[in-house]
Amino acid sequence: MSPLSTVAPPTVKKTSSVGSRLRGGARYAPTLATLVLFILMFVVGAGMYPSFLSGQVLLNLFIDNTFLIVLAVGMTFVIITGGIDLSVGAVVALSMMVTATMLQNGWNPAMVILAVLVIGGGLGLLMGMVIQYFDIQPFIVTLAGMFLARGLCYVISLDSISVTDPFFTSMAQARIPLSEELFISPGVLIALVVVGLAFFILHHTRFGRTVYAIGGNENSAMLMGLAVKSTKILVYCVSGLCSAIAGILFSFYSLSGYSLAAQGMELDAIAAVVIGGTLLTGGVGYVLGSVVGVLVLGIVQTFIAYDGTLSSWWTKIVIGGLLLVFILLQRLFTRRTA
Amino acid sequence: MKSILKNRLAWPVIALVALLAVNQIFRADFLSLRMQDGHLYGSLIDIMRNGAPTILIALGMTLVIASRGIDLSVGAVVAIAGAASCAYIAASPEPASPVTAAVAVLIAVVAGLVLGVWNGFLVSTIGIQPIIATLVLMTAGRGIAQLITDGQIVSVTNDSYKAIGAGYLFTLPISILITAVVFILAAVLTRRTALGTLIEAVGINPVASRLAGLRARNIIWIVYIFSAFCAAIAGLMISSNVTAADANNAGLYIEMDAILAVVIGGTSLAGGRYSLVGTVVGAFIIQTLTTTVYTLGIPPEVTLVFKALVVLTVCLLQAPKARNLLRNLKPASPLRTKEKVAV
Repeated sequence: MSPLSTVAPPTVKKTSSVGSRLRGGARYAPTLATLVLFILMFVVGAGMYPSFLSGQVLLNLFIDNTFLIVLAVGMTFVIITGGIDLSVGAVVALSMMVTATMLQNGWNPAMVILAVLVIGGGLGLLMGMVIQYFDIQPFIVTLAGMFLARGLCYVISLDSISVTDPFFTSMAQARIPLSEELFISPGVLIALVVVGLAFFILHHTRFGRTVYAIGGNENSAMLMGLAVKSTKILVYCVSGLCSAIAGILFSFYSLSGYSLAAQGMELDAIAAVVIGGTLLTGGVGYVLGSVVGVLVLGIVQTFIAYDGTLSSWWTKIVIGGLLLVFILLQRLFTRRTA
Repeated sequence: MKSILKNRLAWPVIALVALLAVNQIFRADFLSLRMQDGHLYGSLIDIMRNGAPTILIALGMTLVIASRGIDLSVGAVVAIAGAASCAYIAASPEPASPVTAAVAVLIAVVAGLVLGVWNGFLVSTIGIQPIIATLVLMTAGRGIAQLITDGQIVSVTNDSYKAIGAGYLFTLPISILITAVVFILAAVLTRRTALGTLIEAVGINPVASRLAGLRARNIIWIVYIFSAFCAAIAGLMISSNVTAADANNAGLYIEMDAILAVVIGGTSLAGGRYSLVGTVVGAFIIQTLTTTVYTLGIPPEVTLVFKALVVLTVCLLQAPKARNLLRNLKPASPLRTKEKVAV
């Protein structure tokens, strides 16, 4: 805890001076600060534990957090419009349960994955439509969505169902070698493809620009003639789809379905997005920032695992502390630019 | 104004009555109360007793939401309060004495107040959005609670402490009495003084209320401190009811239930208007739902699905757009209820 909180302030100064030199660079500052923090944590870790300094430790951050990366990417879309999606953790669990049950009943893996994507996307679409057409707070609607998805998990089964399908087990065990000693899992590739797609959509398409415009000022976006309604619905569909993909990745990772899985994962996703420099008020944020945010959460866990004497609950406290630091940072920057 | 409040309360009350009626149809003795060993027993008492922590937290949440805020950290505060008091009792030299219990209660309340001050500081002085400011404590809080209990479930044996959540006074469960006292306190303090109006003013427009000479910051401090105070008391109830502190599961998702209760009760999440009675009705609806699932013989695992559907229905019925739609379908507006006092 203490090295983190003492390390963070200097990085602020460094990035803000860099940020002010670049035109409009202040918007990137929180994300840059996160990146600097990540590198610093890695260097400190390497200094404390010699085995920390290996490419595989870095790659394991990706391998162990594929689902969280995908979730955070979907959440970024929603949060940039100024909304929030509390249902993602429950949808991940539902996707896992559906996957496990359908495979157990002898369905073809391709059909299973398709079905899961349709369910996840459909749930997201439904929530988006309720939010848009009935003008109810995203918080309440996605909360009801969370209850619904978690409840459906219980309806499917209360017990853990293991996945024995050959395709899924091969995806779980496959290792893609990068060099003699370094490897990644197929899940990492899928997650990276999702990140790439999301990056393209958010930063280089009309839909993406509308997402930012809604977060900046919904009324102005509407007056500009942008497709506010459909975009607002679609971001929840994107988030639902990402949750479904994350559920499939989590199935690859854990080879089981359990109705209590991924509890509280929505909080991790939101924390990663905020730490990655996305403003919860909407309008500002980056897909790649959220990925770095997930990596920071991952490295905190690695740190605690390496230390050995620290108990697991320090993870929560450190993540809370990091959240606080980054929120204060954002507050500073938004005050300056406003 | 009054007619709007009546309207706002109408739907939740109808929903609650309908739920109770369904229960009564399926179980003839549902509404009956009986005396046994000098205690009042019955399903209604059970609903009230099990719902007491949610009602308490929802009361605090109502004022926070009225000021256009939200407090996500209440579940974490529940865990911390329970952990602090049980850890103190377990470590004290006289774990069974009433004095120890009293000190433990004091510790929990002080811990709650401190956490409330922290939330209030982040929201009012630093000016962070409430949902984010309280997210910090929501994330870190359970870690802190686990730190206090060292990751264990701390169980205690202290009769005075146990009485808070499981004891009886004047034939009624003490937890119901505590909740009633807090409700009356909140109602009198906010509706018999200007405080309630001031909170609503801050909720409608913080800048305008500040320019009008109102100390908006102090008001915001007050609502977050009150919310954490309620959460701490609820934490005491929950831990005392099972005579143990479970840092992981005590008050898990209670913030969601509390927010739902507030919303179902007709308080707008946009702030500026609130109804404490509505909140209590909303909390009863949520608690009765759980009971109904058992009465109807619906498998317990379906509870959450059922809850999701009811919540959506009630929220849809309250949404202005959906109500306009309904009004267009049938021209007359039949929503007239008698004597729904707007506290």
